[in-house]
Formats: sequence, structure tokens, C-alpha cells
Amino acid sequence: MSSRDRILGRVRRALADVPADGTPYEQAVERGYLQEHGERTVEETVDLLAGNLADYRAVVHRSDAEGLPGLIARLLGERGVERVLVPPGLPPAWLSAADATRVDDRAVSTHDELDRVDSVVTGCAVAIAETGTIVLDGSPDQGRRRITLIPDHHICVVRVPDQVVASVPQALGRLDPVRPLTWISGPSATSDIELDRVEGVHGPRTLEVVLVSGE
Amino acid sequence: MTGTFVGMPAFPEAAREAVRDRTLRGNLRHATHTIRAKRAGAVAELSDWAALREAGRRIKDHTLRHLDRYLVQLEEAVTAAGGTVHWAADAAEANRIVAGLVKATGESEVVKVKSMATQEIGLNEALLEEGVHAYETDLAELIVQLGKDRPSHILVPAIHRNRGEIRDIFRSEMKEWGRPAPEALTDSPAELAEAARLHLREKFLRAKVGVSGANFMVAETGTLVVVESEGNGRMCLTLPETLISVVGIEKIVPTWRDLEVFLQTLPRSSTAERMNPYTSMWTGTADEDGPSTFHLVLLDNGRTDTLADEVGRQALRCIRCSACLNVCPVYERAGGHAYGSVYPGPIGAILSPQLRGTGSEIDASLPYASSLCGACYEVCPVAIDIPEVLVHLRERIAQGGPVTRNGNKVVLKPAKGHAAERAAMRAARWAFSRPGALRGGQRLASRTRRFHPRSLPGPGRAWSGTRDLPPVPAEPFRDWWQRTHGGKDAGK
Ligand code: SF4
Repeated sequence: MSSRDRILGRVRRALADVPADGTPYEQAVERGYLQEHGERTVEETVDLLAGNLADYRAVVHRSDAEGLPGLIARLLGERGVERVLVPPGLPPAWLSAADATRVDDRAVSTHDELDRVDSVVTGCAVAIAETGTIVLDGSPDQGRRRITLIPDHHICVVRVPDQVVASVPQALGRLDPVRPLTWISGPSATSDIELDRVEGVHGPRTLEVVLVSGE
Repeated sequence: MTGTFVGMPAFPEAAREAVRDRTLRGNLRHATHTIRAKRAGAVAELSDWAALREAGRRIKDHTLRHLDRYLVQLEEAVTAAGGTVHWAADAAEANRIVAGLVKATGESEVVKVKSMATQEIGLNEALLEEGVHAYETDLAELIVQLGKDRPSHILVPAIHRNRGEIRDIFRSEMKEWGRPAPEALTDSPAELAEAARLHLREKFLRAKVGVSGANFMVAETGTLVVVESEGNGRMCLTLPETLISVVGIEKIVPTWRDLEVFLQTLPRSSTAERMNPYTSMWTGTADEDGPSTFHLVLLDNGRTDTLADEVGRQALRCIRCSACLNVCPVYERAGGHAYGSVYPGPIGAILSPQLRGTGSEIDASLPYASSLCGACYEVCPVAIDIPEVLVHLRERIAQGGPVTRNGNKVVLKPAKGHAAERAAMRAARWAFSRPGALRGGQRLASRTRRFHPRSLPGPGRAWSGTRDLPPVPAEPFRDWWQRTHGGKDAGK
């Protein structure tokens, strides 16, 4: 007998005492919880996102579409960034004012090549206000998962209010499970040493989020 | 199950040793009290916590009740998405499968993201026997591995080590494993984390094989979910060419939507955060993004035996948040090592003896490693009635009865003059010397009288026989805890 059959057989025998139940799954679990916590206007939801991102030590900036290229150029300039990773579908305007050398996200790049890049600029799929989370789904303006992991500095542009949802349930409803998803809430952190929080163990140590309106 | 720590004394002996260790107690007390207070705040932010907890309980119960169906559905979905599914009845089989997969790649090194399932089966040791080095990449796991130590907490496995000890371990051991620690390394957490970052980055960037567990598997879509903080998970899950995930069969949820419940309750119960820094979700393999080969090893190793126990099966709802550890007065004093298993604290006290059976002295003593105060049940985000299962297991050990082992029904003999008896008496003495814990325990003891009309089961009879069980206090446990402990702990 294969282990598959053995395990499935054991499961069935283990459940022999349980009365048969034909309730469809949709009805089996009552979902009495909220889809959103509290009532907020659209602006208040965006403010909550900004507050929660900052609370988890992301650096939050706000801009309109016109000011975005200048802001990104300034953020890269302040850090002396020489090489910036760019996903294939990033709107060209976003980096139009930046001096840094662009490094394309390409499948053939080795990890060591990526490790020599200073920063990465991406868009996002959705941002969750109640938890201060941005979610990347590998779309062309976000690129492969590794490009937001290896460089030490990540600038993520969130279009507000379109890409902002209030809650985790609302975010799941917007996401496609088949895509590789990365949920990011603040920079990489550990509390393993006497519960002192330290930022940046393996992921980017600095996460800057730009909330851009009118894009 | 190979997870028993070899030569482990039964819980009371191990606990007595640990209680004498003042450093350990200081570290643990600081840690558990800090997390406990923060967690209460994070939970209070959600006005619908009770509804989320109830939904979580029901989703898991429904899944367990139809586990065969969901396992098959998951297998189909993972396979359709380009993954390969393997089934492992026990630890030995799981280790064989993983070792075979690693060797087929021609590699002799793997990077690992912290996984309780792989610790449970002793995967690192098994791989080493096959000549494969497994590197733990979670900072705490690295500290444990370099220190040739055992983890003592589900979430913060090196909680028993202070910063000075960690510096000493890094200084003396890192060079044996790769990039050495900087010469002038101090004990500041930031410097220690930086040393770990550099040491591990070297391994991540060259690794061809990653090994992980998973927090959840979605049957409907075949999606796996790993929740973490440091980014080492993302490194292991996305940089290697081959990814092997070893996951207990109880980790399934039926639908994508179910994640909305657990992604709210897990981080808040666990690290007391609104959301953990990183969550990765993947479905099979993706074109040119992440590993091109994905293997899922579905692990039984005692889980179907646990499922066969009508009272005990609720332990399989556990989402490993570790909230129950942080509120447990016994855990706080005894520390995680005393439980002799990768699952310490209240959940370990009910899970290990079910997964492994109660044949060994340590496993027979574990259901007594509790004052039955009920705090673990109060905080559990999937409402596992740990005290109920503890009492049930005590009764099983003391009075014998039918159990399922390796899929077969067997009848346990009652324990006689046996470790459990001694364990129980020491546990009772522990409780008697702490009126607070005893008072809490008595509330529970009376509540569980419905199982035991005249007296407490088994060894508990020794003390319930000489006194009347007090009535259920009017005051709920939470209020009692607040009143007796709240003031003292405030501000910690
Ligand atoms: S038993 Fe409950 S509280 Fe304890 S780790 Fe599991 S889910 Fe968390």
C-alpha cells in the first residue's frame, strides 16, 4: 500500500465516529466577523495606512503624479544610490529625473549581480490600511520576488486611493492566489535577541513608501 | 516519531533543573511578560476578535472532519500548478523522501527556514547522516544551531539566551560554519543581527536547495503560505532552484478566503503585531520567478492517530502562534526545554503525547505539566480547550483505555506506580506552593467535573480525595488574572 493510501485510510478510520455531514462549505462556517474595522472616509483610510506604515518603521512620503519623479530622484540622491533595479513594467516617468544607473530585472541576472545594486523601485498590487501592509504580486511594475529582497533599500509607490483597501479580508478579495505574492509590513525585523527589535536582518533595511495621488 | 530529545528526563525533573537556572528564568519572564502585554493590546484593536476566533475554530474543525477530501483536493491543485506531492506516514519516511530529493539535485547543502515539522522529524540530523548540511537561517535558530542547543520556544527559540551569551556563541562558532563574526563584535543586538546577516547572506546567495514548512496550505488553489519577520523565509523560498516544503497534514484550510481569518489572528496572537513583516504565498512554480522545482511532503507522523481521539483531536487546530506559552505560569518557570519536545508549553503538553504516544516517561508526564489554570484556552486564537485535553490525557494515562497508534487501535494499560503518578504529585506540590495558580486550577478542576463525577482522575485523586472541590468562582478567569497578576506586570 502506498503511504498516500495508508494516510487517507487512517484519516477515514479516525473520523469513523463523526456523523456524516453534507453541509456545503459556504454554509459550514459562519463568518460573523467584520469586513472592515470602523467607519472611515477614503482619506481617513489612506491616513490610517500612512500611520500604520510609519508605526512599523517604513518611511512614508506623499506626492502627486507631477511631483513623483522629483521625489524619487531626491530619495535616491540622498542615499547616494548609484545603481537602481527596475522592474520591466515600471512607468518610465517615475525614474525620469533620477541619475542612478538603471539595472533591468532580468531572469538571467545572478544573485550576486543583484547584491551589487543599491535600491529597487516598484509599484504594488494593493495596500492594507488596518495593518500597514503593501502586497506585491509580480505584475510588470513589481517584478520578480527577489528584486525586492536582495537590495538594501526599497521604494514602493502606492497609488492612492485606488490601490488602498481597509482590511485583510478586502485585500484577499482583490488578489489572485495563482500569482506569487509577497506581503510586506515594514522593513525586515527581528526580535530574537532579548526581544529588542532590530531592523533589517535579511530583507531591505529601509522601506520607503510613496503614496501618490492622481497617477 | 524521532522528535524525543534523547535522554530527556521526565517533565518534573527537567523543570526542577530549569527552575534553578536563574538566567533562564529571568530571560523567560521578561520575554513572556513583554509579549503577553503587547498581545492583549493587538487583540483589543479588533472589535470582532471573538467572531474571528470562532470562525477560525470552525474552519479548522470542518477541515479536520473532511481532511481526506481536502488532502486530495490540495494534491490535485499543487500538481496542476507544477508542484510534486509526496506522502510521508512517519518521520523516517519524510526524512528519506527529503534526503532523496536533495541528493537528486547533486547538492550537499540546503538552507532552511524555521519549521517545526522538520524539527519534529529530526530532518537536519537525518540529512547530515546522508552527508547533507542543513543551515538554519532564522536568527534564533542560527543561535540555537551554532550553540549546539535546543529551541525553547515556538516563536523565539533562543529566548533562553541573553545577548552576552549570543555574542560568545557567534565569536566562537561562526567561523566553523562559514563567514566568521567580526573581530570586535559587541553584544549590541544591532551588531549581532548584522553579523548574522553577513554570515547568512553568503549562504543564501549560493544555495540551490531550500527547505521550508508552511503555516497554511489552501486546498482550493494549492497555495502555500509562510509567515515570518526577518526575510530569511523569502530568501529560502525564492532564491534556490529547488524548494522542498515539509508540512503536517493538519495545516490545510479549504479556501483562499479562509486566510482572511488566520492572517488576522495569527500575527496578533503570535508577535502581537498587526501584521508580521513578511508573508510569502506561492502556488506551485511560477515562470522565472522563484524555484523552478517545487516538492511538497505531506507529513502524518502521529497526526492521524491524534485525529482518532475525539477529545484530543482539537489539538490539530493549532496554528502554532505560541500565545499559550506566554501566558502559562508553568512554562514561565520551567522553560521550553523541560517539555522534551519541539512543541513546548501548554500546546506541547497535549500535542507531543498524542503525536508520540505516552510510552516514554517524558510523554507520560507531560499532561501533568500544567496547573490547569485555563489561561492557555483564553488566549488561543482557535479556542483549543487545552485544559480539557490535559485532563482527558491524564485520565487515559492513569486509567488506561483505547488509543490509536500507527493507525491501529490498541488498549493502554493503566499506569501503576509509574512516572505519571510521581509527575502528578510534583505538579500538585508546585501548585500548592502557589495559591494563585491553585485557585485558577481549582476553577478548571471543578469545571471538568462533568468528566469525573466524584473525584479528579487518576493521580489527581490524591488531592481531590482529601478535600472538597471548591465551587466555580463567580469571577471569570481573565478578571482574576488581571486582579492578581495585572498590577504586578503592568509596564513590563
Ligand atoms: S494551542 Fe492555540 S494558543 Fe497555543 S500555539 Fe496553538 S493556536 Fe496558539
